[in-house]
Order: sequence, then C-alpha cells, then structure tokens
Amino acid sequence: MHRNAKLALSVLAATSMVALAGCTAAGGNADGDSQSLKIVYQKTDSFTALDELFTKIKPEFEAANPGVTVELEPIQANDDDYSTKLALSQKSAETAPDVFYEDTFRLRSDIDAGYLLNIDDQLADWDEWGQFSEGAKAAGMGDDGSVYAVPLGTDTRGIWYSKPVFAAAGIELPWQPETWDDILTAARAIQASQPDVVPFNMYAGKGTGEGTVMQSFYELLYGTGDTLYNEDDQKWVVESQGFKDSLEFLQTLYTEKLALDPSEALDPNVWKKVFGELFPQGKLGGTVEGSYTPSFWQSGGSYEWPAYTEDMAVATFPTQNGEAPGGVSMSGGWTLAVGAKTADADLAFDFLALAVSQENALWYAINNSQIAVRTDVASEPTYLAANPFVADVTALVDVTHYRPATSDYSKISAEVQAATEAVITGQMSVDEAAAAYDTAVEGIVGADKVTTK
Amino acid sequence: MSAETVSRSPRETATGPGPSGSGPRRRPRGRTLTRVLPLAPAVVLLAIFLLGPVIWSFYGSFTDAALTGSSAQDPQWVGLDNYLTLFKDPVFPLSLWLTFVFVVASAIVGQNFLGLGIALLMNRASTVVSAVVGTAVVAAWVLPEIVAAFVAYAYFSEDGTLNQVLAAAGMTGPNWLYSFPMLSIILANAWRGTAFSMMVYRAALNDVPVEVTEAAMIDGADGIKRLTWITIPMIKNSIATNLMLITLQTLSVFTLIWVMTAGGPGNESTTLPIMAFQEAFKFGDIGYGTAIATVMLLIGAAFSLVYIRALRPEKV
Repeated sequence: MHRNAKLALSVLAATSMVALAGCTAAGGNADGDSQSLKIVYQKTDSFTALDELFTKIKPEFEAANPGVTVELEPIQANDDDYSTKLALSQKSAETAPDVFYEDTFRLRSDIDAGYLLNIDDQLADWDEWGQFSEGAKAAGMGDDGSVYAVPLGTDTRGIWYSKPVFAAAGIELPWQPETWDDILTAARAIQASQPDVVPFNMYAGKGTGEGTVMQSFYELLYGTGDTLYNEDDQKWVVESQGFKDSLEFLQTLYTEKLALDPSEALDPNVWKKVFGELFPQGKLGGTVEGSYTPSFWQSGGSYEWPAYTEDMAVATFPTQNGEAPGGVSMSGGWTLAVGAKTADADLAFDFLALAVSQENALWYAINNSQIAVRTDVASEPTYLAANPFVADVTALVDVTHYRPATSDYSKISAEVQAATEAVITGQMSVDEAAAAYDTAVEGIVGADKVTTK
Repeated sequence: MSAETVSRSPRETATGPGPSGSGPRRRPRGRTLTRVLPLAPAVVLLAIFLLGPVIWSFYGSFTDAALTGSSAQDPQWVGLDNYLTLFKDPVFPLSLWLTFVFVVASAIVGQNFLGLGIALLMNRASTVVSAVVGTAVVAAWVLPEIVAAFVAYAYFSEDGTLNQVLAAAGMTGPNWLYSFPMLSIILANAWRGTAFSMMVYRAALNDVPVEVTEAAMIDGADGIKRLTWITIPMIKNSIATNLMLITLQTLSVFTLIWVMTAGGPGNESTTLPIMAFQEAFKFGDIGYGTAIATVMLLIGAAFSLVYIRALRPEKV
C-alpha cells in the first residue's frame, strides 16, 4: 500500500514535470537564418481550389526566395468555424498567419480588430494592381480608405433551375420570373405535376449561416425596395415592411411544402444535398445559389455531373412586383490579406502577389468558378469558355448588391438567420419574428443606430 | 500551504532525530514534505490550467472582449454590462430552464436511477449476465464523447437506426432531433452516462456487509424494506458523491448536444454551455460568453455545496 502510494506519487510527479518541460520547449522555436511564412486558409471536402493553388505556387515561391519555407496551414471547417479559428489564431504573434484567406464581409471588423496589415505601400510598388477593377480595389478597403486585402474573385447569385423538372411541369423555357408570384406559380405547378420533387428551395435558418442571407433572404429583401442598412445615415433599418414581406415569402414556401422540410433545411450540410443529390437526380426544381455553382459539378469538382451544362439554367431573381431594375443579386467574395503581426511584410506581400498573378488568378477563376476581378483575366477566352454560365452570372453584376460590411454585420446577420428559422419552424409568426429582430438589432447597435427608413 | 511546508523542510531534516517529545510531531511533517514536494508541479499545473482560465473567464466577463471588431484590439472594462444584458436576454431564462431539465432528467433521474437499478440487478444476476450487461453499458461510456455523439446522432436522426427499427415494426417515427430535441439529448446523455453511476453503485453495494442484510432478512424484512432501510442508508455517501459528480458533468455537456442538435431547432435545446459557445465563438462576443460561463460556474458551485453538505454529517 505504502509502496504503491509512493510509486503513484513519483509517476504523478514525473508526468507533471514532463508536461511543464513541454510547455517551455514549445515556445523556443527560434528560426535562425531560415524564414518561414505561415499561410492560413480554408479547405473543405468541396473547396480545394485554393489548397491546390497554394500547393502549386509553394515550390515556385521557395525557389525564388532561398531560405524561405512556406508553411501551408489549411483549416478544415465551414465558413463560420473557419473565421472563428482564424480570429483565435490572430490573438498571438506565435500563431498569427502571415498571409490569410478572408471573407470580404468580415474585413472591416477584422481591420478594426487590428488583424490586417495596411498594404498601401506594397501596392504602390506593384505594377499589376492597375489590372484590378475599381470595384475589386474597393472590396479590400477599410473605413480609412487604405487597402488591406486583395480580392481573389467575386461572385453573384441567381436562380439555378432544372430544365427537365420545369419542362415536366409544363413551364415554358427559358424561364424568367418577373415577380415573386411567378416563382410561387411555377413552384406550385411543379408540386402538382411531380409530387416527389422539391419545387423551389430557398435557404433559411441558422444552419446554413451566411448562405441563408446571401442566397435567400437578401434576394428577397433587396427586391422590396427596403434594405438592411441605410448607408447614408449609417443606421440599421428596423420595422420595414420589406423585412416582413420577405419572411412571409419564406413562410409561404415552407408551409406549402414548396421548399425542403424545415428539419432538412436546418441541417448545415443541406447545400451538399442540393448540389450532390437533389439537382443531379432531378429531385429539385430550383434554388437561389451563387455563380460558383458550376465548380461543384465540373470535372474535378466535388459532385461531378457532366450533364449540368444541359440540364441546368440560370435566371435572375425577380424584384417583389417587378419593380426596376427587374432583378436582384448579391455579391461577396474572398480576399487574401497580410497579417498585421507578420515579421516580414514585404515577403508576405510577395507571396500574396504571386497567388493573384494573372496566370494564377485565371487558373483560380476557372477552377473555382469565380467572377474575375482582374481585367486581364476577364478578357481571357479560356475564362469565358470555362462553363456555359459565365456570361449569365457575369451579367448579374448589373443588379447586384453588397452586404453592409460594418463590424456589427455578423451579429445582425445571425439575427436575420434566427428570424427566418423562427418563421419556417412555426415558432413565431412573421410579425413576432420581425419584432424580435428589431429588438435584437437595437440591442446590438444601440437605439441611436437604428432607423425606420 | 505547500510553500510553507517546503520552506521549513531544511531545518527539520537538519535537526535529525530529536528528543522523544518532538518525535510524534516531526514524523508526520517529514511525511507531509515527501508527499507534498512531488505534488508541487501538479499543483502548479492545476493553477495554470484550471484556476488560471477560471480567473481569466471571471475577469473577461466584465470586459467587452471580442474576437473581432475594435474591442478585440483593446478590450474595455464594462462593469456589469454583460450580466445586465444576460438577465434581459429572452434566451437566458429558456436556456436556464432547459439546462435544469437536462440535468434533472438525464443525470439525476436517468443516469442515477438507471445506474442504481442495473447495479442492484447485477448483484443478483449470474456472472455471465452481469459481465455482458456491464460491458454493454460501459461501452457507451468509454467511447470518446465525439464518437458517442455521432452514434447518438445516427440513432435518432431522421433515417437513423431508431426509425428504421420502427419502420420494420410498421410504424413511421418522427424526426426525433427536430421534433423532440430535448428528449433525444436527454436519452442520449442517460445512455452515455449510466455506466459511471452503475460502477459507483456496484462498488458501494459490494461494501454493504452481507451479515447486515442477512440479519434484516431474518428479522423478516422483504426486498423493498431491505433496500430502503438497509442498503440505501449504507450507501448514502456514495449516492451523494455520485449525484455531485454526474450533476457537474451533465451541467457542462457540450459535444453531445452540439453534434446532435446544435441547440436547435430555434433555441429548443440551447443549454447554457451551447449558449455560451454560440455567443463567444459564433457571434465573437467573448465577454458575453464568459459571463454565461461564470453563471454556469456559480450554478455548479451551488450544486456542489448542497451535496457536500449532505455528505458532511456522515464523515464525523
């Protein structure tokens, strides 16, 4: 007994010592004369294009910069978890990345947090910056007018519909709805003719995160004449009729069973089902999705489906009653930025510049179905011929909107998602959900930052 | 306390065996020293990795620390703001209630009574039966939490095991995780945690002297009377200890719920740990999230006090 106790104590003591020693050893990772660049980006089972691009340019960059090691650190997570992990890593210089992949809508908030390096100086010396379109240059700009990030591409959103399903319902092709009611009419026709097909799905709920707002709710809201944020007054809009109408449209889709069952719609992976099963199997009439949609189906994509070029078509999402300009789209996009805690800003920027060079940007635009932001890429014949929908989705730029990317945006977005979830699950009526949203927004930004117009 | 003992040690050792009067006092001290000194690193580690985060979390709950935005760079002291917001948050009372339901139903009722019941039955069962049952019950407990969570998800999900079994019997089951989220996570947690209670109670029951039970039997006490008047009072300490441990464990269950329902649909299964995680990491509001964590800590401490009190008289 006594001996056992002694033994246990010594084991305990020994292990704690080892653990303590481990703590100190981890810190002393001196780099000496060799330098390393830490690149942090997202990688999922359906998004590998950026990983491929970085893997391709890593040896190239290391050859051009002797003594430099490029450490690729993909984070395997969905968009929300990726940004959480990224933000956590930014807290300490030990873990902060030198170059990282960042969603445009989080830029301003992360610039406020001091995570991004001001790259005005580096851009001034970079002769290729002139190739970027004006919109693209503004995408990476902070409130102070300085540029902090370089866009990799942009996107638009429209209706993707299945031609065989629409044809079977007797709808004339090509289909272009002029009002919200046109969508409901078509969906009801599909429901009547093909009971086992989901007529028209639109994302809702917290499960799909930003997808819920970017590929569903904002297409509705920005087509009502109301907006989320009054840019002139810099105030958030509450009590708008458009907000209620948009919720009501979603409620109609879900209660009439024109969309997926709410239990499926709330699954964060529902979009995989949309791309991987429903469309290829002809079990879905239409949905609102991004210009990057072909990247899933084209050769080398996650859900290869060669027939998509024949079976699918793109339509512009209509305004509520056909008001001008006759359509709505939303744009976002991702950027590359240099970390504020980087040891060698110029070296980090060189890597960034290589990643968005004409050749690499072209490769990325084609393989990730991006809308090009470099004019010398947009005019490339191979870019225009990448898939049959490039022209359609590029045309949507004319009616597109951008998110109000203020630092409070992600919290407000979460409240919009919660409102849609409450409505489609029947937990709240449209009026209750809209009122709850108004209260929540006021709680987030304060009463002096909301407006009713 | 340990530092004090350590600093005194050289003097004690230098003195060597002294007059007989000081003998009984010195020996325990020398023993204390040899026992405490090797523990010092463990105490330091505990302080760094357990006490440190608790203090940091407590401090963080009074600031507007965030993952992003200007307050990420320079968190400001905001006093009780986070707590005031929390008490006004409509989700908080719901979350508190769901946590209470979850703890009572899955731990205090589910794990505790199931564990006691299985332990009592196993005492009577043949060794083979008790070995088989024991292995089956413990299997759920030895699984890593994430694996157990996915197993439970696969069981309750819409085209999962449960509904397939029901379908084979000619019934159509609902989507459990969506229609009955609380019931699903309560059953899953009871399934996962029963093994712990079972093992505690088996050990306790083995310590109940056979003579006492036999004496009661001779006095004419039937099974239920023996259980309520002999067995339960004799394992009272084990019951209190077990209740304390499973309450605290269940209070902090996160992975299981996150994988199965992620707190949804809506907020229908958002217990306090889920709410704290969402606020801190999904919405990036670290200050608010740590305020919720602090409230959880207080609730856990309150439970512990109740159980420790229940244990105290027996110790004398």
